[in-house]
Amino acid sequence: MADIFASFALALRMVAEGDPEFAGIVALSLTVSLASAALACAVGLPLGAAVAVGSFPGRRAVIVLMNALLGLPSVVVGLLVYLLLSRAGPLGDLGILFTPPAIVIAQTLLVIPMVAALSRQTVEDAWQEYREQLTSLNVRTTRAIATLLWDARLSLFTVALAGLGRAFSEVGAVMIVGGNVDGVTRVMTTAIALKTAEGELPLALALGIVLLTIVLALNAAAYLLREWSARRHG
Amino acid sequence: MASAGPREVLPLEARGLRVRLGEREVLRDVSFRLEPGLRTVILGPNGAGKTSLLRALHGLIPLAGGALAWAGAGRDRRAEAMVFQHPVMLRRSALANIEYALAVNGVKGAERRSRARDALERTGLAGLAERHARVLSGGERQRLAIARAWALRPRILYLDEPTASLDPSASAAVEQEIARIHAAGTRIVMTTHRLGLARRIADEILFIDGGKLVEQTPADRFFEAPRSEEARQFLNGELP
Repeated sequence: MADIFASFALALRMVAEGDPEFAGIVALSLTVSLASAALACAVGLPLGAAVAVGSFPGRRAVIVLMNALLGLPSVVVGLLVYLLLSRAGPLGDLGILFTPPAIVIAQTLLVIPMVAALSRQTVEDAWQEYREQLTSLNVRTTRAIATLLWDARLSLFTVALAGLGRAFSEVGAVMIVGGNVDGVTRVMTTAIALKTAEGELPLALALGIVLLTIVLALNAAAYLLREWSARRHG
Repeated sequence: MASAGPREVLPLEARGLRVRLGEREVLRDVSFRLEPGLRTVILGPNGAGKTSLLRALHGLIPLAGGALAWAGAGRDRRAEAMVFQHPVMLRRSALANIEYALAVNGVKGAERRSRARDALERTGLAGLAERHARVLSGGERQRLAIARAWALRPRILYLDEPTASLDPSASAAVEQEIARIHAAGTRIVMTTHRLGLARRIADEILFIDGGKLVEQTPADRFFEAPRSEEARQFLNGELP
């Protein structure tokens, strides 16, 4: 128990002093996760909204598939991206395996289903409310999608934060396509796994503290934003 | 350059309209003709099909049978607007709600801003232009919905129970807006269960019961001596 407390104290000191190795890992994690979440939102939000509003053959099957992809095993995604980006793979010429862009691709593919499925549900709820009014105003489908995305932006911001949290917490796929290369592709989750295995608990704990703080801060921000909006906009 | 307004689409002839909602036939063989310039109030007991008729006329629910014949070159969606019993306001200011409606109907730039402000002024809401539309009171929202519809300069305005959930002063304000819109040349078609409002506003009554049109009668004659037994019972409070 004493070792744990000592590790915890050491971890807090590393956070406070901004240890270079530690800071580099945190910065890379933030960069790749924010990029992944942004890309996943750019694809997933309109995709979810289009499925919510659209009427086309096979729509139900698409919804079932989107929901099923929520449970997509991350190591499978990692393996598929690995096969795509490996030297013998179709995208091998890009030479980005074991680089941060490979991590971004894998995380994006993992986050898109989550963003699409959650935004589909959110936008569909809004569409139930808006449908007749927008139809009455002669709003076309593409415009309706844009309007719903904008009007449901606070709920969708929470969806984006959930996607960001998913990206931050990913280990398996990141380990496979990033390789956990020191100073190149080592992010918080893979570093925690490695340092724990190596017995370097202070660094693992320090990274865990940062990871938890980020997740808590994101959720607090989402909560406060919704509260503020409810007070201001009803 | 000001955008071209909607075409004249009246008279409108409804021929044998049938509407199904699920297994239930809510409108059965409804035929009538709407001439320009009048204010038509659709009356009937609860569940008679008043709102369904309005929504069918506006194209919000599909017809299971029958047809709508519009004058001239046929339907022009821009010539129609509707105010719902519970209007949906977008998450933006009152002014932006009207500008949005104008923008999707092709009104551009400065004209859009000017028409939106004009509609707010006409409905007495100019002071609330920048207020978020979703925090307005029920009466203010209903007037904003009317302003939004009016800004589109429709030839025909459908109103579904526009005063149903309003207090007397808000109802009076809405009634005044309707009168102004009609005076400006817009055809009014409205449902209500308030007979006093119908008496004050209507030029003609469409009375429906059980999904069927029972009579289309000038308003004064309807209230003095309805032709049908159903209407007489309705006016006497003998129908639900």
